[in-house]
Amino acid sequence: MFANFDFNVIERSWRYLFFDGMAFTLKLTLLAMLGGIVVGTLLAMCRLSSFKPLALVAGGYVNLVRSIPLVLVIFWFYFLVPYIGAWLIGANEPVHVGAFSSSLITFVMFEACYYCEIMRAGIQSVSRGQVSAGHALGLNYWQTMGHIVLPQAFRNMAPVLLTQTVVLFQDVSLVYVLSITDFVGAASKVAQRDGRLVEMYLFVALVYFVLCYALSSLVKRLEHRIAIIR
Amino acid sequence: MNYHWNWNIFWQPHPEGGGTYMTSLFDGLGWTLTTALSAWIIALVLGALVGTMRTTPKAWMVRLGNAYVELFRNIPLLVQMFLWYFVMPELLPKGMGDWLKQLPSSAFITAVLSLGFFTSARVAEQVKAGIGSLPRGQTLAGTALGLTLPQTYRYIVLPQAFRIILPPLTSEFLNIIKNSAVALTIGLVELTARARSMQEFSFQVFEAFTAATVIYIFVNIIVVNLMRLLEKKVAVPGLIAAGH
Repeated sequence: MFANFDFNVIERSWRYLFFDGMAFTLKLTLLAMLGGIVVGTLLAMCRLSSFKPLALVAGGYVNLVRSIPLVLVIFWFYFLVPYIGAWLIGANEPVHVGAFSSSLITFVMFEACYYCEIMRAGIQSVSRGQVSAGHALGLNYWQTMGHIVLPQAFRNMAPVLLTQTVVLFQDVSLVYVLSITDFVGAASKVAQRDGRLVEMYLFVALVYFVLCYALSSLVKRLEHRIAIIR
Repeated sequence: MNYHWNWNIFWQPHPEGGGTYMTSLFDGLGWTLTTALSAWIIALVLGALVGTMRTTPKAWMVRLGNAYVELFRNIPLLVQMFLWYFVMPELLPKGMGDWLKQLPSSAFITAVLSLGFFTSARVAEQVKAGIGSLPRGQTLAGTALGLTLPQTYRYIVLPQAFRIILPPLTSEFLNIIKNSAVALTIGLVELTARARSMQEFSFQVFEAFTAATVIYIFVNIIVVNLMRLLEKKVAVPGLIAAGH
């Protein structure tokens, strides 16, 4: 079955695949994870805020983004970000935003909604007495959140946050729709240039499988360790 | 900012084919729903089967089920679609592969297969969790009554498990509708692809995407409410799942 396949194409192109493609994918995943967790935590705090308009706006945004496909969100931000940029700096023309920044903003704003729901559950998993104790000690809202509630919420939710990051790592492949050279994009360029679609896509699937499987096994082990401590 | 809004664009004729931009969007919605529903059938059947396998006492079945779930969960949907679309026809016997590639609806069939298998792994996780949440006594009581293992599953375990997992299954169904947009990469002209083509032809970016967004939200609301009705309809008084 594999007789007339040319697996040499991988040997010829692996540098490009990993140093250009996978480097982009990993960089985007890590930065989007950090940004997404920060924005997501802020969104979660807004959703749980006692100031109703803030809770409504944050909740509306999260539910809106969560009900449309990621591909559509990618298109939205791709066209929207230049206009928002122009509005922010007061320019008349839409500003030029590079492929990387554009997709980074997209993924931060998209994944933030999913991280938000995780962090909301995490914050709610910390008992109310902890907050009251913080206030009783004279800490203000930010001190209570920063020193008491959020550290516990993060620890409780660490496995779920990491699982979501594995999902994010897979989601990043969708920047393909903007013809960006991520791991899949790089592979598909080589595949089309050399007419070696079968070999390339099988290789891409294998690499993703190994990485995601390893990551999710790590998450499972972490989950067990945290469960024992608690 | 000088973006020219033109909300009347929806009533103008689409340069490709008959109707207006509006009818082309709804045409896309039709493909989105057809794809999602067909894939959902595959996902539900395979997911129920694999999820059940993973709870049986047979070790080889559990291992096979686990391997299935890991395989389909750890490869991005986009890559899975490429595998079904570009790779599978090459691995089949030549005649069959060529026939498959020339089918006019090959994008649709590929999308249904890849979405179906991808989602089936996630359904299997839910089914396994649902069965796991039942008290062990249920299975024991079934076998004590003289039912065989398949009978215990058919009459005791699965009917309860499915009622418990209806809410997570609802969100999986919403996911399959959203994920069907990935199929635009293999040329399926579903809703997002239609919005994209409207943007390319008319340059009314934000009108096109707003329309698609609104349609997706409406579909979401309808699905959520239908599933709530279904939950009420199948609820068994006194059972855990009917507990509210």
